[in-house]
Amino acid sequence: MLACLAALFAACLLGSTPLEAERVLAALFGQGAAGDQLVVVQIRLPRALTAFAVGAALGASGAALQGLLRNPLAEPGVLGVSAMAALAATGALYYGYAAASAWAMPTAAIAGALVGTTLIAFSALRTASAVTLILIGVGLSSFAGAAMNLLMNLAPNPFSLADMINWVLGSVANRSFLDLAFAAPFLIVGLGILFAARRGLSALTLGEEAASGVGLNLRQQRLLVVLGTGLATGAAVALAGVIGFVGIVAPHIVRPMVDHDPARSLLPSALLGGLILVLADIGIRLVPTVSELKLGVVAALIGAPAFIWIAMQRRSVHD
Amino acid sequence: MIEARSTTMANPDASGLAVSGLRLTVGDATLVEAASFCLRAGELVALLGPNGAGKTTLLRGAVGLVRPAAGWAQVEGDDTVAMAPRRRARQLAYLPQNRPLAWPSPVRDVVALGRFAHGAALGRLRGADRTAVERALAACDLQQLAGRSTATLSGGELARVHCARAFAAEAPLLIADEPVAELDPYHQFRVMDLIRAFVAEGGGALVVLHDLALANRYASRLIWMKGGRILADGTPAATLTTQRLADIYGVRGRIDGTRVEIEGPL
Repeated sequence: MLACLAALFAACLLGSTPLEAERVLAALFGQGAAGDQLVVVQIRLPRALTAFAVGAALGASGAALQGLLRNPLAEPGVLGVSAMAALAATGALYYGYAAASAWAMPTAAIAGALVGTTLIAFSALRTASAVTLILIGVGLSSFAGAAMNLLMNLAPNPFSLADMINWVLGSVANRSFLDLAFAAPFLIVGLGILFAARRGLSALTLGEEAASGVGLNLRQQRLLVVLGTGLATGAAVALAGVIGFVGIVAPHIVRPMVDHDPARSLLPSALLGGLILVLADIGIRLVPTVSELKLGVVAALIGAPAFIWIAMQRRSVHD
Repeated sequence: MIEARSTTMANPDASGLAVSGLRLTVGDATLVEAASFCLRAGELVALLGPNGAGKTTLLRGAVGLVRPAAGWAQVEGDDTVAMAPRRRARQLAYLPQNRPLAWPSPVRDVVALGRFAHGAALGRLRGADRTAVERALAACDLQQLAGRSTATLSGGELARVHCARAFAAEAPLLIADEPVAELDPYHQFRVMDLIRAFVAEGGGALVVLHDLALANRYASRLIWMKGGRILADGTPAATLTTQRLADIYGVRGRIDGTRVEIEGPL
């Protein structure tokens, strides 16, 4: 919790215009020079908050999907949910809906995420194998990726192409409080639903059969988790595009600290996911590169090896 | 119609589980046909039959996890399939055959999941939940292991954990699908002793068993199934005969008091 606040403050502190801590603090509380306020409140704070919100949504979604599917490799990115959301978002960009209404982007992304989550949940009913499920996710990701590439291929002009590439790579640069405000309702409702369904995730530790035996309403539980992750992931993608692996790494670190209870891992995973992305975004801004690195690229560069490592730790008896 | 059923056909002895004319189907296949039986407090009933006889399906139908094509299963006069899952779980503890644990949770947490229907949240058990979990741990001799990860337990220890999970629910009825499968003889006796103690305290238990000697030794009643039908239901003395072994399992056996010996296939 404290680390999150500290990281958010640090994110406001660092940037291309050097500002001292006092000036940042003053600007945050509505005092200080107008220029300082502009930089801190209009540029750095929304960017940091966006990174945190996206990380929190992905961290909680990952933890919830892992609880539902009883698999530590489940995550919106790996299962193709993020890619489906991004496909819908690029579709909205391509057809110009995004320019027409500020709600178009979040709505499209959430619809895409819900389609992806529903497909995965349905496949999970038919197969008990984690491997099959992840393969379906890979297929879903590939399909969404190909469709996005098609849209980019057909992009009418370089500007919409650049817009789309932004979503595919994933970034929180140049986000305003307005962007946050449009995604926030979905994000909060999604996280709320996941949090309300957390006790059922613990029960699923016993497997679906025994979980219904101890009194879990399976159908309702599945619906809640699909809806919650769809809303939260969709909102995250609408804000920042595709950012993968946060949803795997954060719960993986949290789980041993909460006795492997999916219910108790939800909130810490959200906080840690937010923290990871805020720190990653600070890292991006500090690294002197010609053109700024995209957050999604960096997250994947760190997250994908972590994913491989976690997969290799798994014993085959679990499948 | 519903009125008529609930007055004329309802469980006459409303305490306990009553199953009447249950037919369970999957697609075109009928897995259980016209199954009727009762389970009352103070009874330890063994459900016997060869593989594929429909024992597990019958249990799932009785618990209300599958919707019957015909007939009904009632607990305390309510259809199990229509009951709210949490209310049903407070009446009926169910121990399925497959008991995979998704995470290496500590023993105490797994046992505490038995309190799910009572609203218990893991990690912060209070009042009745805490008492029930501690009692179940003690009954199954698991206090020393309470903090251990379930991933480090042996098969026999895990079986006790699952029993404790079921007992922690403090439901009056227990339905267990092969609770002693894959256990060594010592642990088979331990688990059956635990179930017998549960029954001695006023519970009712329906247990699928494959070991006839074990069933003969512990059960107060035997229900014999084959081909989706219940063929016999009665005390071991009345229903355990060499003819029955031949009919149900197709084996030649010898029965001598409490001893059951299977000599070979017919």
